Amino acid sequence: MSQQKSQKKPVLEVKDLRVYYETPKGDVLAVDGISFDLYQGETLGLVGESGSGKSTAAMGILQLTVPPGRIAGGQVSLDGQSLLDLPEDKLREYRWVQLALIPQGAMNSLNPTMKVSDQIRDVILAHEGAKAKNGLKERVLELLSTVGLPGRVYDLYPHELSGGMKQRACIAMAIALNPTVIVADEATSALDVVVQRVVAQTMLKVKEKLGVSMIMIGHDMGLMAQMVDRIAVMYAGKIVEIAPVRDMFADPKHPYSELLIDSVPSLKERKPLKITEGITHDPRNPPPGCIFQLRCPFVMDVCRKDAPPMQEVKPDQFVACHLYQANEDGSFIDVRDVVRNT
Amino acid sequence: MATAQTTENGPASAAVHTAKQMGRFNRWDTPWLNTKLLLGIGIIASILLFGILGNLFWDTKLALTGKSPLNLPPVGITTTLGGTLTGTWAHPLGTESSGRDMLALIIVGAPNSFLIGIIAATVGMGLGIFLGFTSGFVGGRTDDIIRLLSDVAITIPALLVLIVIQSLLRQVEIATIALLISLFAWPTPTRLIRAQVLTMRESGYVQLAKLSGASTFSIMFREIMPNLIPYLFASFIGNATGAILAAVGLETLGLGPQRIPTLGGTIYFSIQGAALLRNMWWWWGIPTLLLAVMFVGLLLINLGFDEIANPRLRQSSQ
Amino acid sequence: MRGITLNYFLRRLGIFFLTIWIAGTIIWLIPHLAPGDPISAMVARLASRSGFVENSAEIIEGWKERFGLNDPLPVQYVRYLGNLVHLDFGYSMANFPAPVSQLIGQALPWTVGLLLLATTITFLLGNFLGAIMVWRRTPRLIKYIIPLGMIFTSLPSILAALFLAYVFAFLLNWFPLIGSYDMGMKPGFNGPFILSVIQHGTLPALSIIIVSFGYWTLGMRGMMITVEGEDYMSLARAKGLGPFYMLYRYMIRNAILPQITAFAITLGTLISGQVLVEYAFSYQGMGTVIYNAILNQDYPVIEGTSFMLILITALAVLVIDLIYPLIDPRISYGAK
Repeated sequence: MSQQKSQKKPVLEVKDLRVYYETPKGDVLAVDGISFDLYQGETLGLVGESGSGKSTAAMGILQLTVPPGRIAGGQVSLDGQSLLDLPEDKLREYRWVQLALIPQGAMNSLNPTMKVSDQIRDVILAHEGAKAKNGLKERVLELLSTVGLPGRVYDLYPHELSGGMKQRACIAMAIALNPTVIVADEATSALDVVVQRVVAQTMLKVKEKLGVSMIMIGHDMGLMAQMVDRIAVMYAGKIVEIAPVRDMFADPKHPYSELLIDSVPSLKERKPLKITEGITHDPRNPPPGCIFQLRCPFVMDVCRKDAPPMQEVKPDQFVACHLYQANEDGSFIDVRDVVRNT
Repeated sequence: MATAQTTENGPASAAVHTAKQMGRFNRWDTPWLNTKLLLGIGIIASILLFGILGNLFWDTKLALTGKSPLNLPPVGITTTLGGTLTGTWAHPLGTESSGRDMLALIIVGAPNSFLIGIIAATVGMGLGIFLGFTSGFVGGRTDDIIRLLSDVAITIPALLVLIVIQSLLRQVEIATIALLISLFAWPTPTRLIRAQVLTMRESGYVQLAKLSGASTFSIMFREIMPNLIPYLFASFIGNATGAILAAVGLETLGLGPQRIPTLGGTIYFSIQGAALLRNMWWWWGIPTLLLAVMFVGLLLINLGFDEIANPRLRQSSQ
Repeated sequence: MRGITLNYFLRRLGIFFLTIWIAGTIIWLIPHLAPGDPISAMVARLASRSGFVENSAEIIEGWKERFGLNDPLPVQYVRYLGNLVHLDFGYSMANFPAPVSQLIGQALPWTVGLLLLATTITFLLGNFLGAIMVWRRTPRLIKYIIPLGMIFTSLPSILAALFLAYVFAFLLNWFPLIGSYDMGMKPGFNGPFILSVIQHGTLPALSIIIVSFGYWTLGMRGMMITVEGEDYMSLARAKGLGPFYMLYRYMIRNAILPQITAFAITLGTLISGQVLVEYAFSYQGMGTVIYNAILNQDYPVIEGTSFMLILITALAVLVIDLIYPLIDPRISYGAK
């Protein structure tokens, strides 16, 4: 799938995006320069622990950042069009039509005083105008059935649906206008495991049927593994590794990715719990050099001075870590291997 | 301050971000120093001081009838209705048709209004706290009954029942009026406290206290009460405002304390004396102005407490 | 289950009757706790005006018999309740033999009319201003002006009445000072009369509105801020919905719900304030009737008008309670 990336054009390009939160005691660098491309038809997973900045990144991409947050730099382009420069009324034409959101915790994401069907109808009417009124009911019913919701949901209010049903209604709403890109922000995190599976399957089905490109945000590596094509790992506002999912799990390059993957419980072996602390530096005052230095088991002197650049250490596998040194011929060696062999 | 990093030229560290540096920890940043709150307290304090210390520099006996020339306008103004009268410094705010000096009236009247408000609010809140706690904590039948009664009490317009009571009692003291008003002041604090108690009852630290064997009483006071303090403050001011409002209402109808000068009572006499038609604007205007300032002060305090309790309300005002 | 169930309806109705029963009982009880009786008081007043009243003892006894004041208290109470149901409040002592209900009947329409006008405008204006204070697209200037207009908030309405009466009626003569319509006119559905009614009603209505709308503005502003931070607003923005539609259907429609509940609670205060305003303007509503009754110590009128106003308040609260579930689909009133 993603091996052919050089032939495909990216539908979404994010370059050096920065989103900061203003606090009385200084800016919090929630997203501090992330870059990635999203290709047609692929699903990119954005994974990280609480506080890593992934939701903030999602809001930034969707141009939904509200004060005290602000977009402090970088570029987001959808099909070549830069979104950051657009005035709100032009931006509105892209919203939902090209760029949709499946929100987190369908708990509160639906307007409590509107029927579910009305909330799907209003976005269709808002973008397609009154002419869409013809056959609108059938269209909505079809969307509901695509996500596996029975027709009677049409007349129900959000509080009359279960968590999983609400989440699927949000999926139905997101695909209503056949967008190019869908951002799913922790779409399954608020649900119990059984319902999670149903919703995850719905999302996969929808993705296949429509060929939409997705960014899936979450913190459950195990779930991610089953749903995405590529994974980007975020830590404290920066992306530390991006790789195709199989490569990532078979051979994680960044120490943090290793920790995350190791933490997925396995049925086959007992593993000691490795991750025991959260982010240990002050998000307002990150240390110079690599942001992972305070928790990295392999930290070196250079890590404390220079921030590691993003390097393609294997085809299509990018990592930002000083453990990987480039040779003249373009290949990379792992510093740990050198140490081990001497 | 531009960069947070002090390294030289690594390719990644060349990125200069414009993040603001960490400011020094500001002592004066506490939410309690809210502009509205302070302004309101300032206003109320000034009025109180004015009233309490007033008799040190002005003869409050002038608030009695017949002690001064009649119908004098404030100093510097001359009226011509019914003979020419010019104000003097002996009565800087003028006098009214029974010879009462306006300045003396407001010096005596202002603290009286406060007193009514505070007594009524205190008693009302005391009742409200007790009932609200009981209702929220004990639950069950008791809760149902108290809730029902407070719903009924809150619907009934207090002023009307007070009119019925007062028109029969006629001669009253300040304390009596205050107590009567407090009979209607309890429903709102009751509901408020009950709602808070219900929320907190299910919260972690209360469950923990129960598990460690603390008695109901001690849970109520040691765990829940301290967290209610901001709400109690705000509620108290709201109650006091309402009580003063009710008192002024009764006074302007002539149902207030008869022998003691009150601001509302002065207004009553001004209506009886057709002050509007006689263009004796100072007669009703000065107590009105003082009352207006008082209510603005109380309102500011109320808003200030609201903002302290709910940080989101602070956005555009601080 | 959505909407009004029979259970809910009966419960609300029950509270309504309980409220007016308690109010009526309190109103009845108070004079009966006081020493003396109204008949003797009235005769005493007659005596003080015209000197000696002949056969005063027999007159008093005769009237007591007539009005059943010699019966035991419980009997009187039941009779009173029975009369209440018919809205029979007895006779006015100052305007004898006019029944209290007649006085009320003349004054009530004016009070109700002013009430409907003033409260509707207050509620709509106040909440609207509160909503636009929070909306992003409101011009900054307007956002600064609105708080200035709120300085009169929570002043006693009667003070606003005096001020407006002085400035606009007395000094500027733009509006009449007293009454609900021009005294020389005959009431009827004609242009001049209606114009006169509007002229006379403007200042009273304004007195109520300028002191009351601020409360709603503040409350709505708070609610709108809360709503703005909700997740469904974030999704609404992501959907790229039109700004006016979002303001109405997603923000106001959700923020106004607690305001409606609060409205039911504050009705009592509003009516109290209006009574004082009517008194200040000698507006021919219940306020003036009550005031005259106070002057004349005409207790049946005081009690009757108070009860009537309480009845209206309770009725309005009942109506609001019944309408509310139709607007908020989350309220379910199945059996508890």
